[in-house]
Amino acid sequence: MTIFTAIDVVLFAILVACALGIARLRSLYAAAMLSGLFSLTCASIFVLQDAVDVAFTEAAVGAGMTTVLFIGALALTRSRERVTLPTRSYLALAVALAAGGALLYATADLPAFSAPDTPVQQHPVTERYLLTAQQEIAVPNAVTAVLASYRGYDTLGEVAVIFTAGVAVLMLLGKVRGTTERTPSAASGGLQRHHRVLRVVSKVLMPFILLFAFYVQFHGDYGPGGGFQAGVIFAAGIVLYALVFGLNTARQTLGLVALRLLLPLGLLIYAGVGVATLLLGGNFLDYNVLATDPVHGQHLGILLVEAGVGITVAAAMILLFYSFAGRGVSR
Amino acid sequence: MAGHYNYWMAIVLMMIGLYIVIAHGNLVKKLLGLSVFQVSVFMLYISLGKVRGGTAPIIEAAYTSYSHPLPHVLILTAIVVGVATTALGLALVVRIYEAYGTIDEDVARAAERKSDPR
Repeated sequence: MTIFTAIDVVLFAILVACALGIARLRSLYAAAMLSGLFSLTCASIFVLQDAVDVAFTEAAVGAGMTTVLFIGALALTRSRERVTLPTRSYLALAVALAAGGALLYATADLPAFSAPDTPVQQHPVTERYLLTAQQEIAVPNAVTAVLASYRGYDTLGEVAVIFTAGVAVLMLLGKVRGTTERTPSAASGGLQRHHRVLRVVSKVLMPFILLFAFYVQFHGDYGPGGGFQAGVIFAAGIVLYALVFGLNTARQTLGLVALRLLLPLGLLIYAGVGVATLLLGGNFLDYNVLATDPVHGQHLGILLVEAGVGITVAAAMILLFYSFAGRGVSR
Repeated sequence: MAGHYNYWMAIVLMMIGLYIVIAHGNLVKKLLGLSVFQVSVFMLYISLGKVRGGTAPIIEAAYTSYSHPLPHVLILTAIVVGVATTALGLALVVRIYEAYGTIDEDVARAAERKSDPR
């Protein structure tokens, strides 16, 4: 029993308690807050298992954005749940036990946790990503090298999914029929009159949050970070601003028109890099041809692609928040 | 025991998520259950990349053993896609509430049947 195992056991106990709490609680606000705690604890487990980039993302997205969006949606709907029918619970319990039993039986075939001789670790691609990549791409953070270069297609697809989801939410919640003239309400006015400490502190923090987002964006080659994390952190800064100073003030700072342009812009930059490599005689998203020196080309390609990811993710996250919060204001 | 403990716990959490999705008629609760399920799948993936004595896959001359970067890449992007799809689900829930005045699937279905008895 090492320290690692002890921490692991405690963290999983917290997770199970959170998950059971989410299942039991009928107050949906409380359940949403618990899911935020669940995500933050997961991020700790990811750090324990060396996945620092993933932990970073999970902490920013799961504990931050997702919780805000759930609460935003609850503000527009009901926050108490009806009592669940017992027959339905028994059925669900039976399904969960059967599926869980089958999966637990299947784990017998999995190699022991963290063993060095598993198929995952012995696959030839491991050496390519960890060793050859240092000559081919020369980016210390292997996760960034794989994300932006080796598996650039995947990432392009993921960015397209985020773009599509952002557009779909805008179509569902964007335009509200009827009155466009908004009366100042609690939601639109933010916390302007009360909570002076909160206002002052968040105003002081704002530049640092945004600066940190840029640091995460451009330091992703050397440490944990990259476009996905940076985009979410940037959006979190704007969301904090909107929560404290009111949605209308935030919209004056970063308007809907600008966001609607930025949302596709990031995706276009990403796909544009692919088209540029095609025109220069390489394969789609083969950054080697972008500069005379292949390694330099890789660096340029990763920089542009990560910038595209960051722009689309930030615009999508801010638009999602505006959509939910804006609907509450105008109703 | 420590050999498979991480996988077991990920599966237990996954099943709690699945239970919430099936047992609860409330649509927001279903989405909460779905995100519990989703994060548990992420944990299973990440635990497969971990190697004993390894460190985070940021290459440094001082270290020789690293955890596998590929699961990290797949899950990192999946997390951000997950929040985007959750937001889409929540937007649909808001529209369902505006149309039916409820976020409970049974009540909404009953209202639907009443308005269109076919």
